Amino acid sequence: MFVLAGFDTHFLDLAWAGVLLWLVLGFSALLAQRSKNVLLRLIFPLGGGVALCMAAIGLAGLTAPPATLVLPIGLPDLPFHLRLDALSAFFLLLLGSASFGVTVYATGYFRSMKSAPLALLGLWYHLFLAGMAMVMLADDAYAFMVAWEVMALSSYFLVTTDHDVPEIRRAGFLYLLIAHVGAVSLLLAFGVMQGGNGDFTFATMRQAEMTPYWASVTFLLALFGFGAKAGLVPLHVWLPEAHPAAPSPVSALMSGIMLKTAIYGLLRVTFDLLDVQLGWWGTLALALGLITALYGVIFAAVQSDMKRLLAWSSIENIGILLAAFGLTLIFYTDGKGALAALTLTAMLYHAINHAFFKSLLFVGAGSVLHATGERRMGKLGGLIRFMPWTAWLTLIGVLAIAGLPPLNGFISEWLLLQAFLLTPGLTQPYLNMVIPVAAAAVALAAALAAYVMVKFFGVIFLGQPRAPALVHAHEASWPERLGMLWLAAGCLLLGLFPVQTIAAIAPVVRLLTGQALVNAGNWLLIAPLAAERAGYAPLLFLAVVLTVLLLSFIWVRRVYHGRVRRADPWDCGYPEQDARMQDSAEGFGQPIRHIFAAFMRVERETPDPFDRHPHYRGDSRDKLWLLLYQPIARLTGWLSDQAARLQHGRIQWYLMYSFATLVFLLIFVSH
Amino acid sequence: MSTGILLQIAQTLIAILLAPLLMGWVNQCRAWLQGRSAPPLTQPYRTLKKLFHKDAVIAHHASPLFRFAPYMIFSCMVLAAGLVPTVANDLPFSPAADVIALVGVFALARVFLALAAMDIGTAFGSLGARREMLVSFLAEPALLMVLFTASFISQSTELPVIVDTLAHREFAIYPSLAFAAVAFWMVSTAENARIPVDNPTTHLELTMIHEAMILEYSARHLALIEWAVALKLYVYSALGIALFVPWGIAPQGDLGALPLAILALLAKLAAGGAALSLLEAVFAKLRLFRAPEFLGTAFLLGVLGMLIHFLLEV
Repeated sequence: MFVLAGFDTHFLDLAWAGVLLWLVLGFSALLAQRSKNVLLRLIFPLGGGVALCMAAIGLAGLTAPPATLVLPIGLPDLPFHLRLDALSAFFLLLLGSASFGVTVYATGYFRSMKSAPLALLGLWYHLFLAGMAMVMLADDAYAFMVAWEVMALSSYFLVTTDHDVPEIRRAGFLYLLIAHVGAVSLLLAFGVMQGGNGDFTFATMRQAEMTPYWASVTFLLALFGFGAKAGLVPLHVWLPEAHPAAPSPVSALMSGIMLKTAIYGLLRVTFDLLDVQLGWWGTLALALGLITALYGVIFAAVQSDMKRLLAWSSIENIGILLAAFGLTLIFYTDGKGALAALTLTAMLYHAINHAFFKSLLFVGAGSVLHATGERRMGKLGGLIRFMPWTAWLTLIGVLAIAGLPPLNGFISEWLLLQAFLLTPGLTQPYLNMVIPVAAAAVALAAALAAYVMVKFFGVIFLGQPRAPALVHAHEASWPERLGMLWLAAGCLLLGLFPVQTIAAIAPVVRLLTGQALVNAGNWLLIAPLAAERAGYAPLLFLAVVLTVLLLSFIWVRRVYHGRVRRADPWDCGYPEQDARMQDSAEGFGQPIRHIFAAFMRVERETPDPFDRHPHYRGDSRDKLWLLLYQPIARLTGWLSDQAARLQHGRIQWYLMYSFATLVFLLIFVSH
Repeated sequence: MSTGILLQIAQTLIAILLAPLLMGWVNQCRAWLQGRSAPPLTQPYRTLKKLFHKDAVIAHHASPLFRFAPYMIFSCMVLAAGLVPTVANDLPFSPAADVIALVGVFALARVFLALAAMDIGTAFGSLGARREMLVSFLAEPALLMVLFTASFISQSTELPVIVDTLAHREFAIYPSLAFAAVAFWMVSTAENARIPVDNPTTHLELTMIHEAMILEYSARHLALIEWAVALKLYVYSALGIALFVPWGIAPQGDLGALPLAILALLAKLAAGGAALSLLEAVFAKLRLFRAPEFLGTAFLLGVLGMLIHFLLEV
């Protein structure tokens, strides 16, 4: 690393070369549209190799001093500015490491596709990766928006890969619409930040001095714009539609990584580009984040489509990230640098955790979808016996996202809860009261996440197969397994080595808050701030569990025996048993639907008891869609109806319009 | 250090060996209160021995997860027993996990139990798993609130520091802890599958929560789960003692205080077990959908305790 430090600007050159390579790979995928072998054996693996290089560049860039680069492309007087600092490097690391696993997986997953659509998918896939990397590297508003749009458009085309299905077209359109509403808001935010001097580079924006009023306007615009991309309630409606519609590796990229670009943007604008931060922004973000987290997890619990369930769970995780962001802002503006560093560490840790476990769960769901052709959990079941690799690897993701020790999801939640506990002493007394309640909300969301994940894993992989054809479900192919293995290993290692991970994140935290998290423990033990306050040593934890596990196993076998008799399940002696007696996905979610009935509109069709082919349908609709979006849609429809009155199809009227417009303009100009 | 490690191992072994006795004591007290003749105090040990000797009967299509889960659950509970100070304080293993991680250990065991219950694919198994997760998603945040209140008072989430603050520094009355104690009792009945949330002695499948999950288990697997259940009750009792009546736990390095500490622990466990059976005798089991209200109350009491700490004690 010391040798490399002399060449620090070269990391940025390398990153830019990586982006270029992705672009080249994307377009060469189009050329190779005849041969599936070239696509899957050459282009996708090379894309994966670039991803791994990006991760290495990100890791190296964390400790390197910031570097800038001006590219001779772009507008005449506004070339592309690139910059690699610790924050960009961290998100580049996240992008590279998670997308490597997903790409390896994709080389196996896309094997069943025809070569022509696959070539097109290869183009958008690599453009998508390049766009996301450029978002993280951009150092002027123009380059940022171009990259942002490349990312949005390429992901739109990826979502609509199966565009002959009307629902998927509809989902894609909704996604495109909300992405662009958000992009307009971002454009306005950058417009405010450049302050009329016409210089759109981030370097000038950093220097600009803003009144708190305009800074707040910028922050709100940015929160709206990035919130639309991240799936912040109430801008979340596209997420449960678009993520399930996309092919699974794409869902993994969108959920695991693309949502994080919004988090990156939020951090960049708030802590880097704006020179004033106000405490109430933090309170707002905290409140919105907690609402998003709870809303997301409640709806995740009542879903019966496995990918939709995961999409709602992403909304929950974005909520937790935003809550951590809000807390960071609160502490930062209150002058509690050490606490701000703690929450920011928790947030970044959770961001990379989520990239790993959510990608793992999406690709695991993808393998199930491949093997069975079924996304509805009510038609699955018992797959752990036919797809053991997929099941056990997915189990790691499930335990991680449920926030269970010693995996990675626990660490970020633990850090966040520690931050809540250390709040006393803030200067605003009302925050002292609000923040413990916020801690309660985070705890509730985390506990509900465990419910959701037991449902996800239990209904899909455990029990008896709910359809006879499932017995023939085939195991995931080797590239798929390797991809999942990489992601699962990430979950495990991030969980077991928190001290090292926190040390790696420290430059980012120092860059944004001016302080880094102090670890009072040692290499084994994390103890934020002080050793007697809190501590957690995951390796020790795992060692004890494994030792006891082994000892008790040996003891039982040695002292007693290991005899097993196989029999039919007992089930309290009920003679008739079939797979339909297990809980369906709807059944497992029923208590949540019962308790949180106020949030959703439930539509149910239940069969009568004598029906020979009973059909059950339960649908829990998001009330926000009905209360917020439908009125907007109706209003838009009404307005366009009014505007349509101008249209008659008669040439005389159109000439009249032109004439009136001309007269009006002439009057206007002559004044 | 080496005496510390020995003490740590001894304390964990005491927990493992004593846990079935506590269960037997609670059962005995309850039998007396119900006017039945009580089983002997050692009945749980005999049951465990009997179960370990039997051949395990497992459903044809059970997955490895089903056979792995009992060992995992048992290990989690042993770990938890090693974390909570019962006899001596500030043992070498305690920095490995604080109270939040302790809640995590319970959650890990619970998730494995719920998954194992769903593995066979019987109606009662998934019913039990669903209900267990329902109870726990309400109980877990409530437990965290209780622990947070204690953590706010002692400025730490490390159990040894909490015990040290409450037991060995100057005596103070904390109104917030009163709320926390009530919430803790409510949570621990739910988490240990006791009345009023669940009934450990029920034979009616439709009212079961915990029992429904382990219906398919037999022999050594069942024994491990039963032992883990006893350990969980023991750990919860120890946690209650550590948070609300910590006096008597020997401070670090004070070997002379150990005999007294063991006596104090036995007395407190006996009193706690008797109180638990008394409360079980006077309450009736709640209907399942009243359980969320019960646990919601516990959650609110926990939050109230925390707010009262901020209002009165800071």
